Amino acid sequence: MRLFTENSLPRELFTRGFFIAGGAFCLTSLVLLVAGAPPWPAFYHLFVGALGSWSKLAQVLMVWIPLTLCACGLLYSFRIGLWNIGVEGQVVAGAIASTAVLRFGLESGSPSLMIVMAFAGGMLGGSLWAILAGFLKTRGGVNEIFGGLGLNFVAQGITLWLIFGPWKRPGVGSMSGTELFPESLWLPTILSARLSPAGLVLTVLALVVAAWVLNRTRLGLALKGIGSNPRAAYLHGLNPNAYFVIAMGLAGGCAGLAGAFQVAGVYHRLIPVISSNYGYLALLVVMLASYRVWGSPWIAFFFACLNVGSIQLPIVLKLDSSLSGIIQGALVLTTLLVYALRK
Amino acid sequence: MSDLDLTVLLASIVAGAAPIVLAVLGETLSEKGGVINLSLDGSILLSAMVAFVIAYQSHNLFLGFAGGALVGAMMAAVVGLFSVFLGQSQVAVGFVLTLTARDLAYFLGNPYARLYGPQAGTIPVPWLQDLPVLGPIFFHQSLPAYLSLLLIPFVWWYLYKTPMGLRLRAIGEHPEAAYARGTNTRAIQFWYTVVGGLLVGLAGATFSLCTKTGWGRPQGAEGTGWIALAIVIFGGWHPVKTALGAYLFGFLQIMGIHFQGWWPSVPAQVFQVAPFPLMIFTLIVMHLAQRSSARTSSRGSPWLRGMVRILSGSAPAGLGRSFKPE
Repeated sequence: MRLFTENSLPRELFTRGFFIAGGAFCLTSLVLLVAGAPPWPAFYHLFVGALGSWSKLAQVLMVWIPLTLCACGLLYSFRIGLWNIGVEGQVVAGAIASTAVLRFGLESGSPSLMIVMAFAGGMLGGSLWAILAGFLKTRGGVNEIFGGLGLNFVAQGITLWLIFGPWKRPGVGSMSGTELFPESLWLPTILSARLSPAGLVLTVLALVVAAWVLNRTRLGLALKGIGSNPRAAYLHGLNPNAYFVIAMGLAGGCAGLAGAFQVAGVYHRLIPVISSNYGYLALLVVMLASYRVWGSPWIAFFFACLNVGSIQLPIVLKLDSSLSGIIQGALVLTTLLVYALRK
Repeated sequence: MSDLDLTVLLASIVAGAAPIVLAVLGETLSEKGGVINLSLDGSILLSAMVAFVIAYQSHNLFLGFAGGALVGAMMAAVVGLFSVFLGQSQVAVGFVLTLTARDLAYFLGNPYARLYGPQAGTIPVPWLQDLPVLGPIFFHQSLPAYLSLLLIPFVWWYLYKTPMGLRLRAIGEHPEAAYARGTNTRAIQFWYTVVGGLLVGLAGATFSLCTKTGWGRPQGAEGTGWIALAIVIFGGWHPVKTALGAYLFGFLQIMGIHFQGWWPSVPAQVFQVAPFPLMIFTLIVMHLAQRSSARTSSRGSPWLRGMVRILSGSAPAGLGRSFKPE
């Protein structure tokens, strides 16, 4: 189910891109017309809302960071042919783990060390949650889609329990989340306190590592081999089950980093919707990037623009902000259609 | 627990689980033919929205239900078109659709949020409603609840006692063999997926017109589609067992409110995730029960043996695979 073939000509790529963009544009315009809204102002406000000022761009990058981290993780699991829908729960597990570390570090003398530990903890938490799904598949015969999905809801349940139970605010627990961390435990930011350079560096690093592991190492080759033909890889002496768990662990680690970033860099507390659906969105990103490492950050950037740009739609045009999700879905659907028809 | 009348409890389970029963039966039909319609969660929301809007505008409940069913069928048709005819991954298409349909429902339904619309009330069956115990449970319900009750035996009969059901199961188990026998596998897979989607759409309409009336963001039906997918597995792809799974879930949902009285520190949402660990546990048991060692070791204990027998069930062998006739 690879969307691009390795030897596709640039011209063919251009034609496909044209059809995909055109198809998604027509679908979205149709939806807007059905809703009784003029398409042009909607697209204009999406654009201005995302890239109209430096602070908007910073906001886009703050969405881009967790989205790209999730996409990085999914590159590992897609390479071996796994549908890691559990990425959402892995983000939540990472967020829970890093909240636990930060709570532990409330009285600590060195806050910056605690932030680093929070990211390490988040990576570990996401990784363990993913490895659980991996073992469910290899040992328990539970398909990774249903196991992952089930674990997503379990992670969500644990978050709610923590927010209303052991970690509730002084007084009474509420949907607004746990108590805000002191500012010393926030990930440092620049540009009127809206952009985290450490997050950007971490994300680029994760991309470079993913590219290196997937394209330049034995591990990457093994993942690709098992993904394209598990039977042949097995006969070649590779143990698919072991690599399934390794790929899930790597994927969960990246997703856990995204969760840690959401806690330490964005919300500074644990909230019920801590993952912001970035895990699910990242699945679309990687599909649209045709499972390639260097396609993913650009698609993620575009998706982040749509997400941020749609925030002001309810105020400016009285439209629901879910328009961004419609455009993203329409893009992936037309991509699937174009690649099915122009094989 | 003393304030809980058993008859009232059972009646509210039958009413509350009606949309879930409709959805799991629809999904069972399409999965028996080998097509996973992963778009369930989004389909239910979109059809709930459309059903509410149509019923609100036309003041006609039947038009609302028909609209919801049509939307569910159209969503399933997209899944069928992409997976059966175009050979794309069922999971990919279904997943994209479920996210998109959800956003589409929020976007288009925005002007209709928090309005008071028509509701499908209970229509007691004359004479039968006066039966002791059974009357209030089964014969004092709304139309979709009656439909869900009737469909359970019907789908079972259709799948296991008719030639059409046999043909459908044959396609789900081994599309190549069915094709070699001269069955038009693709058309049949496609149309059963559409019929399954029709039931899913009815489930959505039942939410917005009957059990969780109205439209809003959130509507209240979010996540039900995923639960329905889990219940189909939990029930081992058997219509009666999946329906029982849906009722078990309805029971858990209602009991969640009561459990909360016992453990006030645990929010109700925690109980709503109960079906998911249960599903994972069932899948593991199903996997282990297929090993012969499990059968021998469970022979000693009637409890274990019974559990293994009830929980075992296997997925249609051709599930999720797209088959291309040569």
